[in-house]
Amino acid sequence: MSILSLIIFLPIVGMIGILLTPKTEAQSIRRIATSVSALVFLLCTILLLRFDASQTGMQFVEKIAWIPQISVFYHLGIDGISIPMVFITGLLSLLACVASYGIKERVKEYFALYLLLEVGMLGTFCALDLFLFYVFWEVVLVPMYFLIGIWGGPRKEYAAIKFFLYTLAGSIFMLLGILALYFASTPHTFDITVLSANHAFAPGFQKLVFLALFLGFAIKVPIWPFHTWLPDAHVEAPTPISVLLAGILLKMGTYGFFRISYPILPDAARWFGIYMAILAVIGIVYGGFVSLAQTDFKKMIAYSSVSHMGFVLLGLAVFNYSGFDGALLQMFNHGTITGGLFLLVGMLYDRTHTRDLANFGGLGAKIPIYAGMLMIFSLASLGLPGLSGFVGEFLTLLGSFTVYRWAAMLSCLGIVLAACYLLWTVQRVLLGPLNIQWKSITEINRRELFTLIPLLVIIVFVGIFPQVILNLFGPATHALADSLGGLPQ
Amino acid sequence: MTAVQSLSHFIPESVLIATGFLVLILDLFSKPKRWLGWLTLAGTLGALGWAVATIPGETLPLFYGYFTIDPFSIFFRIIAFGIITITILISLAHKQTPPRQEGELYALLAFIGTGLMMLAASTNLLMIFISIEFVSLTSYILAGFEKHEGASNEASLKYLLFGSVASATMLYGMSLLFGLTGTIELNGIRNALATGGNAGPILLIAMSLLLVGFSFKVSAAPFHMWAPDVYTGAPTPIAGFLTVGPKALGFAVLLRVLFTALPALQNEWSTIFAVLSALTMTIGNIAAVSQTNIKRLLAYSSIAQAGYILMGVAAASTIGLEGILFYVAVYALTNLGAFTVVIVVSNQFKNEEIRSFAGLAKRSPFFAASLAVCFISLAGIPPLAGYFGKVLVFAGVIEQKLITLAVIAAVNSAVAAFYYFKVVKEMYLSEPADPAPLQKSFPATLAIVIAFLAIAVLGIFPAPLLHWASHSLIF
Repeated sequence: MSILSLIIFLPIVGMIGILLTPKTEAQSIRRIATSVSALVFLLCTILLLRFDASQTGMQFVEKIAWIPQISVFYHLGIDGISIPMVFITGLLSLLACVASYGIKERVKEYFALYLLLEVGMLGTFCALDLFLFYVFWEVVLVPMYFLIGIWGGPRKEYAAIKFFLYTLAGSIFMLLGILALYFASTPHTFDITVLSANHAFAPGFQKLVFLALFLGFAIKVPIWPFHTWLPDAHVEAPTPISVLLAGILLKMGTYGFFRISYPILPDAARWFGIYMAILAVIGIVYGGFVSLAQTDFKKMIAYSSVSHMGFVLLGLAVFNYSGFDGALLQMFNHGTITGGLFLLVGMLYDRTHTRDLANFGGLGAKIPIYAGMLMIFSLASLGLPGLSGFVGEFLTLLGSFTVYRWAAMLSCLGIVLAACYLLWTVQRVLLGPLNIQWKSITEINRRELFTLIPLLVIIVFVGIFPQVILNLFGPATHALADSLGGLPQ
Repeated sequence: MTAVQSLSHFIPESVLIATGFLVLILDLFSKPKRWLGWLTLAGTLGALGWAVATIPGETLPLFYGYFTIDPFSIFFRIIAFGIITITILISLAHKQTPPRQEGELYALLAFIGTGLMMLAASTNLLMIFISIEFVSLTSYILAGFEKHEGASNEASLKYLLFGSVASATMLYGMSLLFGLTGTIELNGIRNALATGGNAGPILLIAMSLLLVGFSFKVSAAPFHMWAPDVYTGAPTPIAGFLTVGPKALGFAVLLRVLFTALPALQNEWSTIFAVLSALTMTIGNIAAVSQTNIKRLLAYSSIAQAGYILMGVAAASTIGLEGILFYVAVYALTNLGAFTVVIVVSNQFKNEEIRSFAGLAKRSPFFAASLAVCFISLAGIPPLAGYFGKVLVFAGVIEQKLITLAVIAAVNSAVAAFYYFKVVKEMYLSEPADPAPLQKSFPATLAIVIAFLAIAVLGIFPAPLLHWASHSLIF
């Protein structure tokens, strides 16, 4: 079995193992889930080391006929665009799994569903067949519904079904788009690489299909105005699930643009570029302002995701090297930074059982390690130079400045707003007089620290040596930009 | 082929009929009648085994061409066997059947099974009408089987009244068609229409009347009014059977008539079915959203499912037809699987309210997971079999550029997911009133395991069934 299949289906093996374990053995169930996630991460690391960044084509390709009657293939492969996503999926899945030790109820079901979710996420980033891609994309949905719905907060049922229906509605239209592509190609094929190489679809058809796919991807990202499921889902989801939701699921949407919409429908993509830029700017500014108004810590970060994912979309909308590099890097960075922030919120919530920002204060002196972590992740999120968040946003702005100067300028407002809401939050939580309620609050423990340190290392490393990661995916993004031929001036 | 020669190819049906009569006779002499169910099951499986072992290589026109064994009829014959097998199993699991009549129930199931197979193989209008009536009359009796229950009686009577009107209308259509073409053979009708030129509005009227009858059978809107009440009032195993048996075979006979006899009118009926399909799925789904009784919810859901299947008819292409066959087979298994869990739960609660399913995941994780899988498959979410069926019918309409229908169906799918997940939510997210596990039942478990495995395996490896479906298409 090749390495990609191994990575994707190892969690299934773990899931079966968990299902066969009696539910009273909570500790063994956690161990199984953690060791499987760790093994997957190890394989992802091996994959990263063996990946040849100088090539632009697909690597580690596997292709087996699956449903030959309609030429569906089990076709996997990765290139520079998917490798960072696969890596971060492996990493966050492991960290969130460790962060899930706080789950005490229905442990068996939780970890079984968790591993199923991991299968869907990894598969989505490796699939090179539209049919397979769609299957993995949807496999994510059902476990996510349960993970939010069973282990979530007070309004979990509403949040879970809202997430589910929104995403499902979008993805069914995506399915229509996929089928349209299948029938428009001769010979009929679902193969993403073949469809990408063939740019012969009529512009009108391209626009229609682009819109259908856009609906699926835009809801997942989420792009304003399709974002309303996100705050609900994030606030209600248990911490580790929020981490995966923000860190990986949102990226599936923008990855869809990189992998499917752009290469297969280049004319439509260029035509829609300006509209995507407009939506991106609205998302960045709107997300920033709404974050500023939040009193719930978690909701604040949820809305900040809308703003930060706006940068990804802006980078996508400008069709040049810096824009694409920035967008992909921002996807990677947002996964690490916001993942970390959600972990930090969760740790605070576990201790205080509140997320109301007005309730905190003065915790900095009480729990200094936590305070330091929160500071660094917040600074990374607001784009402090030297940390990873800055590089992604800077590249995006650089790319958009030459194409849509107005968009770049308005988006800077988003960065200013990010500084406002994040610093203000830090102030409300860490500084000022200590709220007497929390005088016996405990410092973060070793397990929690373990979930944060890897993210921290990546954030600092990418912030100082962005070239390492840019070299990893640069050839692929540049090849994509070249094949799209830039925007009509 | 003459009648005597035909008999050697008619053994599966004969075995089934013989089983039915044997059960009726033994019923007179046995006190605990449960074993008669197992006997019927044995007879059915024996007949199925024979049918599978003797699949003929060529098309056999039995009984002077009234009963044709071809790949298409074999496909539906085996589906009918599957439906009857599971229905017998879930009838064995059902606790509310009046004990004195239990034997008759199994005999009737054997008979209706034969009727379904006749329906699959009928190739002329007379035989089609007789088979439909045979299935319908048996269905009326089965629907009213709990004869001391008011709802069951009402279901039976409603079914009878609506059914009679539909049959009469269909018969009128058939007579007009015979008048126009001078034959009741489906092939003959096609040839007459092909050479006879344009027969004008009368032909359209004849076809429309005919289609009313078929639409009634597959519960397509606006001829679905009977379905919710009948499915709710009928005994639960019978309700499960009625949502799949007559419907699946209704599609079989519909396809045969449309593609064998009426290909000349394809533009017309394709448009009609595009409209009916959109109407059926929309009405079914919207009505299902507000239901609080699971049988009623499944009733409306089965109407909506018929709407999706009709997309394949509207597409009238190879992939659409393959989609119908695949969809019907999977839908039958899935719906019966869902009804099995409903029976297990209603054995305990003596009702079919959705709130009775609260916390089922904690009480009986296996049954809850099975029902969830059935519903997720019905909602068309991968990697389960229902998804692949849906992809095929969607592919059919996209290929024919019926974009409006595709968009309507897409919106419908999201609505459908809402009510399927309403039940899933009740099972997994709500607390049970009483944490004691449900009573286990061997036949129910067996039925569920069959459905569950089929849904999962066909979802991940749909190719074999698709292959079989595409080789069963003779049009």
